[in-house]
Amino acid sequence: MRPVAVVGIGKTNFGAFPDRDLRSLAVEAGQKALENAHVQPSQIEAFYLGNFAGPSFVGQNHLAPYVAAGMDITGVPATRFEAACASSGAAFYQAVQSVAAGISDLVLVTGVEKMTSQTTPKVTEILAAAGDISTEGRAGATFPALFAMIARRHMYQYGTTREMLAAVAVKNHANGAKNPAAHMRKVITMEQALAGKPIADPLTVYDCSLISDGAAAVVLAPLERASEFTDKPVRILGIAQTSDYLALDEKDDITTLRAVQTSSEKAYKMAGVQPSDIQFAELHDCFTIAEILAIEDLGFVKKGEGGPYSLAGCTCLNGARPINTSGGLKSKGHPVGATGVGQICDIAVQIRGEAGERQVKRNTLGLAQNLGGSGATSVVTILSAA
Amino acid sequence: MSTAAVVNPGPGTVYTETIVYSAPEAYVNDAPYQMAIVQLDSGRRITGRIDGERAAIGDRVAFTEFRQSVPFFRKQG
Repeated sequence: MRPVAVVGIGKTNFGAFPDRDLRSLAVEAGQKALENAHVQPSQIEAFYLGNFAGPSFVGQNHLAPYVAAGMDITGVPATRFEAACASSGAAFYQAVQSVAAGISDLVLVTGVEKMTSQTTPKVTEILAAAGDISTEGRAGATFPALFAMIARRHMYQYGTTREMLAAVAVKNHANGAKNPAAHMRKVITMEQALAGKPIADPLTVYDCSLISDGAAAVVLAPLERASEFTDKPVRILGIAQTSDYLALDEKDDITTLRAVQTSSEKAYKMAGVQPSDIQFAELHDCFTIAEILAIEDLGFVKKGEGGPYSLAGCTCLNGARPINTSGGLKSKGHPVGATGVGQICDIAVQIRGEAGERQVKRNTLGLAQNLGGSGATSVVTILSAA
Repeated sequence: MSTAAVVNPGPGTVYTETIVYSAPEAYVNDAPYQMAIVQLDSGRRITGRIDGERAAIGDRVAFTEFRQSVPFFRKQG
């Protein structure tokens, strides 16, 4: 296996764009990544697309060659990967394998989702299909409901409070307000977060990520060739993807995302680092409780301490370990199929020193954690300065 | 169809619960409604709905009926 580097990044803004279709978003992000790597479409040897529910959201299938051809990329393998909200994390994982194995040199990975053309009840229904529809879905579970049940149990077992959840939202909105590409650039107060409209008790609208349109892309190359494309390569030091049961009622302990534990253990081992070495991270805060679970399951703190750690400000931009300097899914937005690759872009921006007023000082070792469903897929990537 | 949909699950204890205010399209008219994962006395967990009085984690609940294959429970005592 040879070392792999990110040599180009590109993102659209995340938001609600009624005049943009899925392909135009994906093409914009892909072309930006190609330009960023100074690569022509004809040089791309394989195209990987992460997309959760294009067929349901916009009615188009066979999306990977459709998007690739929009960038004049033809004559190569072009395949869509679906793993719920970890779709582009899964696409990225496969792309890294291909380059690491020497099958391809230059590959393009794009994640995209076009969600806002549907009503909220319809979006809720489409997203619910990332859970077990024969049990959870049939009983009326939404994704907020699944994470609300996780939050309730976490509160019961560890004393996690509403204030601890709200602290995650307040922090991510503060970061997102500084990110020009974020969906909701709005600072919120603790009082606002606590008084939000209830979605699924104990979660309010301020505990839930946004329904967004958007796309993100990266160009990968072998590290030994990276200097041909960029003077700021970002090395993939470790990466792993693991799986777990879909349904919450099949898991022994719903306060632990087992796949996050197993994927991070493998990624740490591959990278040769410890959880305590990670300087900053982009975590999958689809709901505030999910960021708290991730902090624990990645080994940053012990189980049950994620809430107090968040409330104490340790994850703020100027804290001991900044988390979601992009604003996270909460404020940056969550076009689900774009999120995994978007996180890789956000980590790369920090490592390259291009994050502007969000720039962290300790920026040489970052981690991205992309979650599918209520934890049935997890992709963890550890990135470093080359 | 899983066996859960045809066999009386019996009584149990609420493992976790929520009240859904923002429902998927098919259940918009039911909202708000309480759903729960129930730890059954028979050993496994099942996802269903709670009818009537709100039940909290640790509360005992009795199975009442299946409605369109969804198990419904009611707080005991």
